Amino acid sequence: MKYYSFFPGCSAESTGLGLGLSAEAIAEPLDMELVELEDWNCCGSTPYGSLAEEESIAVAARNLALAEKRGLDLVTPCSSCYVTLSKANRHLQEHPTLLAQVNEALAVADLEYHGSIRVRHIVYVLYNDITPESIASKIKWGLDGLKIAPYYGCQLVRPDYGLDDTEFPHTLDRLVECLGAEAVDFPLKARCCGGSLTLSEEDRVLGLIRSLLQSAAENGAQCLVTPCPLCQTNLDAYQSRVNARFKTSYKLPVLFITQLIGLALGIEAKSLGMNTNIVSPREVLDYIYNRINYMTTHQKVDKRG
Amino acid sequence: MVSFLDEVKSTPGGKHILACIQCGTCTGSCPMAGSMEYPPRKIIAMIRAGMRDEVLASNSMWFCLSCYMCTARCPRGVKPTEIAHALESLAAQHGFRIGGTSTPPLYRSFVGSIKSNGRVHELGMMVKFYLSILPELISHPVAAIKMAPLGLKLFLHRRLPLMPTRIKGRGDLSKIIRKFKEVRGNN
Repeated sequence: MKYYSFFPGCSAESTGLGLGLSAEAIAEPLDMELVELEDWNCCGSTPYGSLAEEESIAVAARNLALAEKRGLDLVTPCSSCYVTLSKANRHLQEHPTLLAQVNEALAVADLEYHGSIRVRHIVYVLYNDITPESIASKIKWGLDGLKIAPYYGCQLVRPDYGLDDTEFPHTLDRLVECLGAEAVDFPLKARCCGGSLTLSEEDRVLGLIRSLLQSAAENGAQCLVTPCPLCQTNLDAYQSRVNARFKTSYKLPVLFITQLIGLALGIEAKSLGMNTNIVSPREVLDYIYNRINYMTTHQKVDKRG
Repeated sequence: MVSFLDEVKSTPGGKHILACIQCGTCTGSCPMAGSMEYPPRKIIAMIRAGMRDEVLASNSMWFCLSCYMCTARCPRGVKPTEIAHALESLAAQHGFRIGGTSTPPLYRSFVGSIKSNGRVHELGMMVKFYLSILPELISHPVAAIKMAPLGLKLFLHRRLPLMPTRIKGRGDLSKIIRKFKEVRGNN
């Protein structure tokens, strides 16, 4: 068993509910214990850092200080929380004056941060600690034949953390492949989906979402997987807006990587929050279940034979 | 009087701005460069030329998607994404009014939600945002009405809870923020 402090992020309770549910559901079968950081606050995300850059570091620091009490790595399934907490952490570790000022502020809540916490994304934990080999040994149903476009988005790979290539990453591809599925060629796998500007500048960013769907579809993907709740919402909820605007007819389900792993582990679709997906993942589920039925029938035949 | 360049250089991400060689890799990599009044390379040149008002009143940094492509590709380690965030913060703190983009009110609604709950309540944040751009919505009623089905779909898929989650430490969080401002102000 491997132990981590867990930072779900605000999205995991709302727009990214499927991510929160599936991340927790796959933990135990993969021998991870994700202990939720008690009374965590929002990391601040891009908006806080944009309106008050330094203040946002103090907001993120409360979480780092809470995590330091337990001393375990702080793992988040959200790409935005990951970049925000990592960046704040690095600023505090590299700037002793800022750290001292933040600590003066944290002291009003009886907290203190020394800079010892490691912030990690669940994708890198799955890849580096749990390992694709070990996940492969634990899956119940191989997803053989399922064609998937692995969509990294931006903040899992950029700025450069040194954990994967910043433009042509492979981590998510390996996680998809260890489940038996095929990771299709997807040249736009680390290009931007429009981020939070879909809300304020939809007209200007809808084309970015379209390019991603187009690239995935042209390469034969049956669905996309991503770890990022904002990417998922943009690709999933805005897919009908893309279709209306560009006269296209995309119907590509967008799953969280944790949902896909959960399906391969044999976890019930509902526990993985599959019913929170807007573009119905029915065809993907049918593909998996039909294959399971086929395999179990054939196993029976083999035994009889 | 502190120069504009020094002002930007003193921000957490602005310290490498002098390393820029104006190669334009940032602008070439930016998915939003076409929407900006001044694309990233030009903004950096303008900061170094001390064009404070022109830069801070522009819409450029508000179109940054934080995709970090420019930062990953910059051959000089300049971090234009961080500079964009620094410019947004400076423009917000000094009360610059920016026309032609609704991103500043979106960000304010987001931060407001964190300050009152300790976490972002997405539905509340969205409502507050749409109310803040109400005059614009009224002038584009068709576009506004088209947003409703999207919100409804998210709601029906349990992705927009009605009630916010409030953390116990939200009082602590406010105190931390207040104290931090005080400490930074004294230094």
